[in-house]
This record gives sequence, C-alpha cells and structure tokens, in this order.
Amino acid sequence: MAVANEMISRVTLYRVSAALFLLALWEAAGASGLFFKGVLPSTWFIGKSLIRLSGDPVFWGHFSVTLFEILAGFGIGSLVGVIVGLALGMNRYSGQIFEPVIEYLAATPKVVFLPILLILFGIGVGSKISLAALSCFFPMTLSLAAGVRGMNPMFLRVGQTLNLSLMQRVRMIYLPALVPPISTGLRLGFGIATVGALLSEIKLSNKGLGHAAMQAYARFDIPTMMAILIVIFALAGLGNMLIGSIIRLPGPNTRRLTKDRT
Amino acid sequence: MITSILRPPPIIARMAFFAVLLGAWEWASRMGMVSRFIAPPPSEVVPAIGLLYHDNELVTRFLRTFGQVFAASGIGAALGMIIGWWLHHNKNAGRAFTDWFAAIAAAPLVLLFPLFLVLFGRNASTIIAMGAVAVLPPIILKTKEGLDHVPPVLINVGRTFNLTRWQHIRLIMMPASLPTIFTGLRLGLVFALINVVGVEYLIGFGGMGLMIAELGDRFEVAGMYAAILFVVLCSACFFWFTARLETWLLQTR
Repeated sequence: MAVANEMISRVTLYRVSAALFLLALWEAAGASGLFFKGVLPSTWFIGKSLIRLSGDPVFWGHFSVTLFEILAGFGIGSLVGVIVGLALGMNRYSGQIFEPVIEYLAATPKVVFLPILLILFGIGVGSKISLAALSCFFPMTLSLAAGVRGMNPMFLRVGQTLNLSLMQRVRMIYLPALVPPISTGLRLGFGIATVGALLSEIKLSNKGLGHAAMQAYARFDIPTMMAILIVIFALAGLGNMLIGSIIRLPGPNTRRLTKDRT
Repeated sequence: MITSILRPPPIIARMAFFAVLLGAWEWASRMGMVSRFIAPPPSEVVPAIGLLYHDNELVTRFLRTFGQVFAASGIGAALGMIIGWWLHHNKNAGRAFTDWFAAIAAAPLVLLFPLFLVLFGRNASTIIAMGAVAVLPPIILKTKEGLDHVPPVLINVGRTFNLTRWQHIRLIMMPASLPTIFTGLRLGLVFALINVVGVEYLIGFGGMGLMIAELGDRFEVAGMYAAILFVVLCSACFFWFTARLETWLLQTR
C-alpha cells in the first residue's frame, strides 16, 4: 500500500514538474528574443484573452456556429457510416468489393475535397458540415464493418432460429453487439469531424471559431488566437470524453454480446 | 456457373462498379443534368492530368510534397524513438506520460498549424513541423509498446552472454521491437502525408496541396478535379506501399 502510494506520488511529481517545465519553457522562449516579439505571448496574456472572450457575445456566436457544424457533420457522417458499415459487414461479397476502396480513401487528406464541396455547397455552413461528415464517415464505416465480421456467429444463428426480420436483427443483435466498434468509430469520427469543420472554416468562411482564429492571426493578436485554439482543443477533448462516458452506459447487454468478452 | 457470372471476383466487380459510375457521370454531365462547372465529365478531367504535367510542374510538386513528408517523418521518427525509449527505460516517466501522449495522439493536432505559422512563417518549415507533429505520437507509443513487450527470455539470453549496454540495444532490444515500431512509423507516414498536403492547401505553399488551392482559386474546375484525383491516387499508392513494406519487413526477419 505504502509502495503503491509512493509510486503514485512519484508519478504526480513527474507530471507536475513536466507541466511547470513546459510552462517555464514557453515563457522563457517568449522572453528570450529568439522569436519575433509577441509570437509566443506570455500565458498571462493568453489567460486574459480567454477571460475576455468568455464574456464576448461575438465569440459565442462563432462558437455556436462551429459547434453546430461539427455536430451536424458528425451526426450525418456517423449515421451514414453505421449504415454502410453494417451493410458491408453483413454482406461479405460487397465488403470484399468496397472495403479496400474505403480503406484507401480513408488514408487521403480529406481537406483536398474542400474545393469540390465549396462549389457544391457554397462558402456557408454547408461546405463545413459536408467536409466534417465526409471525414467521419470513413473511420465509422471501417470500424463497424470490421466489428460485424468479428461478431460471435452464435448470436446470428440465434437470430436465424428465431426467424427475426432484418430490422429486428439490426436492432436486437447487431447494434447491441457492436457498441465497442461504434464507440471507437464515434470517438475517431468526432475528432476528425472537428478537424474537417475547422480546417474548412480556416480556409474560407465568414463565421466560426476557425474564422475567428484566422482573423486574430491577421490582426497579429496572438493571445486571442492562442485562446481560441485552447477553446478548440478543449471542445475536441470534451467531446471525446463525453462520447466515451455515454457509450459506456448501455449496460449488461453490450458486454454479453461482444465476442472478445464471452 | 450462374453464381460465378453474378459474383465475379471482387476486383472485377470493383472495376465494373467504377466503370458504371464514371459512365453515369459522363452521361449526366454531357446531357446537361450536372453543370460542367460543378462536375466536368471524366473525359475532360483525365486529360487534364496531362495538362497539370505541362502547365503546373506536376513532378516538381509531387517531389516537393514527398520530400517534406520524408523530412517530417525522419525528424518525427528520430525524436519519437528517443522519447519512446525514455518512457520505456524510466518506469516513472512511462507511468506519468504515456497517457499524455495517448491523449495527444487522439487530439486534432493539425489545428495547431496557426501557432506554427506564427512561429516559423509561411514556408516549408511550418509544413515539415506540422508533419513531424503528426508522426511523433504513434512512434512514441509504438516504440514504448515494442520495447515493453520484448520477451524476457531474449533479455535473459543477452544477460547470459554478458552483452554490453550497446550490444544489448543493438542485438536484442532493437530487432525484437522493430516490427511494433514499424507499425508506428507506417501510421506516422500516412498521418504526415495527410498533414503535409492539408497544410500546403491551407497556407498556399509547397507542392500538391498548393496546386489544388491554385486551380480551385482560378476556377479551373477540370484541372482542380484532376489534381484532387492525382492526390487521392498518390495517397492510395503511398498507403499501399507502406503496407507492403511492413509485410515485407516482417517476412524477412
């Protein structure tokens, strides 16, 4: 017990000193004159910008636009991903035809499709939502198709014996059994949807956090830009954590239906 | 017999699917159902790749992009392996920071690029730095994992032979952990390509990403489609190549 406690305190010591070291490194690099003046603003100014932004209605306007784009794109992309992933996983032959294509496309930089999406949906929220949806479609589809193939065949045979319809099988067997791959897909998808929405905002937009960050960059208001980046990363981290905790809720079914735990 | 006609080998079916898709696109575009400004027919897009070669220095841009990818991967891999080694070697550091690096690996790191843009300016160092940032987390995590899972039997054999520290690293730890490290490197290379092309496109500097940005800004739609197609094909080939390299390396061991 004492040994375990000592180990934990040792780890905490490492973490706290690393955090302090990074903080000191940032401040020292900013003050050293190695970089242009103001490029690495003191954390004090970044903190002040954060506080100022939190009371600024314009900032919250940008924030809500970005949140809407991410959630809409994430929702659309995940839903299509679940449907396509289920279809590819359930039908072996269609999986063999299309999965390699999806796998290769997943390894391409999605942002290069932005010019096409801009032509199709304009510079408004449409192009941002569509890039976010396109980005998160791939991890969800691949994760789910692999998950379906890894399922315990016993459950499928039980479904056949009970003569379940396709919808019943999806609802009562596939979805509960596939909570882990769906969870993986959702987590990866949320991060990548955030990237999709923000990169397209940064490239071309008149609203959203990406736009606000680039405006601050153009004014050389680096503390504000850094504060917005912190908000963006906090948003991505929070989303990831929320998905993780929500998906763990569904209870005993999921555990019993997953192959690797039975 | 009937089933074999209805179910040709997947690769044939895949090609047939794309042929039908391209045919439908060509037809819809020619019939005026889709505007040529939105989706020019494939018969205009494919020849535009030739135009890219003549007018847009396709080869130079290709080499520049991949040069940056390999520079970024080299820096990221060297740093990542050192950090991974440290996390393995110093158990307290491993316990303290492995979770941190796992969290960093899950974070949308490419969104840091405005910070790198102010630090390094609008040039190749920003792009290479962004690529290296993408390579680091998978290499760190996979190096630590690989070293942590070297079978104790091998380590004991080394002890029996009374190997020096350097011999121990070179003869036992490196070869035993290399496959895992290479998985990290493979992920890193793919991430680096994604980040490099993405940042090139966003800041309008460098190779293939810049080409797409330029053609898109000039509304040369057929050329833009051709450039996007070329980038997609390059990334797919790169992905295939790294996968083959990994299997080949694992076989030759």
